[in-house]
Amino acid sequence: MSRILLTGNGAAAWGARLAQVDYIPAFPITPQTEIIETLAAWIDQQQMDARLVTLESEHSMITAAAAAAVTGVRVFSATSSQGLLYAMEMIFTTAGWRAPYVLVNVSRGLATPITLEPDHNDVLAARDSGYLQIHCSTCQEVLDCTLIAYRLAEDARVRLPVIVNLDGFYLSFTREPVFIPEKDRVKQFISEYDPENMRFRAHAPMSEAVAVLGGSPYSYFRYQTHLAAENALGVFDEVAKKFQQIFAREYTAIENYFADDADYVFVMMGSFATKAKDAVDKLRAAGWSIGLLRPRLLRPFPSERFRQLLAEKKAVAVIDQNISMGMGGVLHSELCAALYGQPQAPAILASFIAGLGGRDISVEEFFEIAKTIKQAANENRTPAPQLLYTENELREIRKLQALANVGNKLEQ
Amino acid sequence: MYRIRFHGRGGQGIKTASRILGTAFFLEGYEVQDAPRYGAERRGAPIFAYVRAAKKPILERGVIQQPDLVIIADESLASVASAGTLIGIDSHCVLLIVSNESAQTWQHRLNLGCKVITLSKQAENHAGVLCAGAAVRLAGVISRQNLQSAIQQELADFDASVVQINTDLALQAFDDMEEFEGSVKTAEELSVENYQKPQWIKLAFDAAHTAAPAIHAAANSVQIKTGLWRSYRPVIDYQLCKHCWWVCSTYCPGGAINVDAKGQPDVDYDHCKGCMICVAQCPSHAISIVPEQENKTAGETP
Repeated sequence: MSRILLTGNGAAAWGARLAQVDYIPAFPITPQTEIIETLAAWIDQQQMDARLVTLESEHSMITAAAAAAVTGVRVFSATSSQGLLYAMEMIFTTAGWRAPYVLVNVSRGLATPITLEPDHNDVLAARDSGYLQIHCSTCQEVLDCTLIAYRLAEDARVRLPVIVNLDGFYLSFTREPVFIPEKDRVKQFISEYDPENMRFRAHAPMSEAVAVLGGSPYSYFRYQTHLAAENALGVFDEVAKKFQQIFAREYTAIENYFADDADYVFVMMGSFATKAKDAVDKLRAAGWSIGLLRPRLLRPFPSERFRQLLAEKKAVAVIDQNISMGMGGVLHSELCAALYGQPQAPAILASFIAGLGGRDISVEEFFEIAKTIKQAANENRTPAPQLLYTENELREIRKLQALANVGNKLEQ
Repeated sequence: MYRIRFHGRGGQGIKTASRILGTAFFLEGYEVQDAPRYGAERRGAPIFAYVRAAKKPILERGVIQQPDLVIIADESLASVASAGTLIGIDSHCVLLIVSNESAQTWQHRLNLGCKVITLSKQAENHAGVLCAGAAVRLAGVISRQNLQSAIQQELADFDASVVQINTDLALQAFDDMEEFEGSVKTAEELSVENYQKPQWIKLAFDAAHTAAPAIHAAANSVQIKTGLWRSYRPVIDYQLCKHCWWVCSTYCPGGAINVDAKGQPDVDYDHCKGCMICVAQCPSHAISIVPEQENKTAGETP
């Protein structure tokens, strides 16, 4: 097993390569393009035996991916941000097809205004689709979770598409040391793909159709997709355990960093959570009883695990790298739903919005968040949701607005 | 932890420089994180890249705010606010500038209270690799051999001759920095007892005529000196020019070749981006390609 410096995009490509995917429908978008470029180069150099086809849009790409998956081949695809949104009609549609394949999304904030840097509003737009979601915080995790995602998607108790999410720039273009698993050991983990009753053979053509249905049969199929997604929690545990046995790296549905004995807990998703770990280390060094919980699995949402892990905590800070306009942080809402009315729920569940469009969250800000929730616990009063923004940032935006002559009436 | 930031322009090899340094640290047994940062990718646009290296796993992410070493491969960026070259430079930081002016001049100009080192411009198109070689020596914990191996790894897809040129330049820069070996010192880590409180504000509502991200302005392309993007310039030899008055100016996609009443073409170097379409199109082969550094005249936009 070699350990090399690899970007998150490179790690995603290695995941697809080691999973021995057959078909890769592709469409470029920053900051994802490096994934399909890497795969295309490997195929070109005959280091990988797969068919890569560039489609004319992400909408077609997702259609092709899922259509191929339901003919019984192993499929990989990747997109980001506006691309995922452009495909959104087919994201919901193909989850309904119960097409098992893996889609990597490289998170990037949504327009308007335009940014290339990450937040999670893109992938959260697919939250209710039926695609399962695994969120990564390191490049190693991107590679490993791509492999895990195939086992999860193809399991007969699940059979749903899976999104593996990584943050643009902070992972996509960032190199870190990554173990590349050996091909033979990956084979122990991912067996030959058994598509069961999904098949298509050119020599035996057949037609397949989806009917237009009324509410009652419609509900049956929607509920079935939901039940399959719920099954995925237990299946994820099994698959991750198998992975750990073979590769000695542990992946739990919720990453738990010193949260067991902590009075205070940060909760956040994605690569910025490693920054929270750094803050936890520094706070613990100063005597704080604090930890981090990071949902790796966002769909299905591990509600019961959160109830157990957060039982009787003094205060929790949910740091959302997303914003639902007119409501606030999505993860905060989900945790409220998981915890409300539960006997041991923490009294304080405070909401912080930060990291939109790649806006940094400094370690000082994590310290300040910790102090805010500690004070809230002492006063037994939940603070108002905080949109993280500093005086200096406002000064900068005012300067830009002045330069751009914003707010003045146009001269006729 | 070492925190090192490279600044330069697209095309100078800044991302490659950060990767060479990252790989060199990795070969030396360090945990490493390296990453480039840019907006819309284009040649000549300010870009930066950063490297973290430590003896334990790195949890910190994103742009380095408190650098130990800042390297500016293109001196014209020092005065470009949006390039952010000077962010977080304090007295412990070392600043390396590729420039033919003296360190004292830059010290005086920037008044940052940090150590300033200059690296003379030798090969305009290899600024990145020079900076990588210099950075390795300034850090002082990586062997010359591992610098060489890192270049070989990072440039593995190139011809042997390209690898050789880059290796020679990097090693030259490494050797030139001998007197400054190990001058980069890692900063004391932030602690909960000693940090500057973030000045959070409660953001107030602004009406949409201010808060909508729309910019209305008079046409301003003349004010933007796109000539800065160039690393080579087209130069017209008026002895060979037939004064045909239209070929070069018509093909110029930037409208940067003006023709006077006598049919004499004149390149507007403030706006010529150096695409060289005029060179390709000129039927009398009167336009040649000249490296930018060899052709700067006094008082011209650098």
